[in-house]
Amino acid sequence: MRALRAMTWVELKLFAREPVTVLFLLVLPLVILYVLNGVFGSQPDPTVWEGQPPVDFYTPSYVALTAATAGILSLPVHLAGYREQGVLRRFRASAIRPATLIGAHMVVAGALATAGALLLTVVSWIGYDVALPEDWLGVLLAYLVVILAFTALGGLLGLAMPTARAAQGLGVLLFFVFMMLGGAGPPKEALPTSLQHVADVVPVTHAGAMLRHPWLYSDWDVGATAVMLLILVGSVALTAWRLRHEEAR
Amino acid sequence: MAGMGTAVEVSGLRKQYGATLAVADVSFRVDEGEIFGLLGPNGSGKTTTVECVQGLRRADDGRISVFGLDPGRDTSRVRRIVGTQLQDSALPDRLRVAEALRLFSAISPGGPPWRQLLDEWGLATQRNTAFGDLSGGQQQRLFVALALVADPKLVVLDEMTTGLDPAARRVAWDLVDAVRARGTTVLLVTHFMDEAQRLCDRLAVVVRGTVIARGTAAELISSQLHDHVVHFTVPPSTDVTFLSRVRGVSGVDAEGGAVRVHGSGPLLARVAHALVERGLEPDDLTVETPTLEDAYLALTTAGTGAEGGP
Repeated sequence: MRALRAMTWVELKLFAREPVTVLFLLVLPLVILYVLNGVFGSQPDPTVWEGQPPVDFYTPSYVALTAATAGILSLPVHLAGYREQGVLRRFRASAIRPATLIGAHMVVAGALATAGALLLTVVSWIGYDVALPEDWLGVLLAYLVVILAFTALGGLLGLAMPTARAAQGLGVLLFFVFMMLGGAGPPKEALPTSLQHVADVVPVTHAGAMLRHPWLYSDWDVGATAVMLLILVGSVALTAWRLRHEEAR
Repeated sequence: MAGMGTAVEVSGLRKQYGATLAVADVSFRVDEGEIFGLLGPNGSGKTTTVECVQGLRRADDGRISVFGLDPGRDTSRVRRIVGTQLQDSALPDRLRVAEALRLFSAISPGGPPWRQLLDEWGLATQRNTAFGDLSGGQQQRLFVALALVADPKLVVLDEMTTGLDPAARRVAWDLVDAVRARGTTVLLVTHFMDEAQRLCDRLAVVVRGTVIARGTAAELISSQLHDHVVHFTVPPSTDVTFLSRVRGVSGVDAEGGAVRVHGSGPLLARVAHALVERGLEPDDLTVETPTLEDAYLALTTAGTGAEGGP
């Protein structure tokens, strides 16, 4: 615990010294919010967005996208860079367990994503009059699962990617797929049928749904929750397996 | 010099990566308090060997004991008593010197206060410098300070002077001496002969994953090279053929006034004695002692036949 605390504090400072990453996580969601609000306006359309005003439908999705970006883009790039430069080796030799390092990265990426999500919600509320959550506790709980799942997935990707460049390539690719097909871009109903099937397996689709239900309807999307929990448990299990495997080389 | 106990004992170590045999058969013993060197060309298995000693890799075969502990089983305990400076390792570029020391001492408590290490290793003025902005020599100094953060009983230094300029290398050598002076055993990996000769109490020469020789630098040299050369200059027409009758001399070359006498044993004393008896007192009489590099070349080209290695 002492190691995790020390490591997290250092990693938080290191993250803060990379203004581009911070800017990306804090500002990009606002840009998307601004652009898509300009495109879709504020009138609900009964055929799409579950009949909700666009901003009410989209804000939970943007929150999900922010969490996903921190998890699958910034975290793996950082972690794979550590492997590439020999930082991982250096830490391992000094009795810093890789699990501690991944944990610290998860906390930092999670904190940054949470700051981005809060900023987004506040701007969305002040600027676009988004509906505030019906069930605050439900939204917080859903957010906790979402951020844990995406940062755990990011930890796994960061371990598996050999270089920062590879992690960046994969991360950007996933980011665009997540944004376009995960419910943060065009409405699902506007997509061709084949892409609608793809949208159904994109994690952000489920993360968005998981947040939207307590936010707008005071209920709970059991299917989406199952998917996110599966991602969380699967990522943690694979990461543990991979670390054990690496240790025994 | 050597302390009482055994710090590290490795016997019959073997490690294979897929089809590549990195370490075939390595055995050596490091006494407490000494600087022990693993010397060999690049790719000879030195780094793999010390990684197994630190529990960073699992050996396929053989036994390793680090102060009585097995790095394969007591991995975390071994890592706590072994400090390390690894080849090809780094810290995050934006991490500052003081932050690195504070982090590592928080993670491995029990050592000296990190501020003391900062001063001791001459890093106080760089305390707020990011790792990426340090010079090569300063990075090595930080690595040595980090290796000592948990007050280890053994420090492993792997190719610590590779890539350093000559002045920084001298400084790094002084650091190694300083580490030993505080009572820490040092296991040094190097492919530089001068470094091994200057620093190591004893060493093992590793070629192609096998130890081909062991001993002090002097022992290695005398086991390989019996011939010394004494040289001096005399007036061109001087007759020096009498030197070939001196005990231990195997040959005399005289070109103009430059004379080279080959032989073994206490050659310089005997040649000097014979010269003085004849009333010759050259003022440039010197003996060429073979260096570890000569012995190493003789060793590696004779039996196993080394390849590469600068």
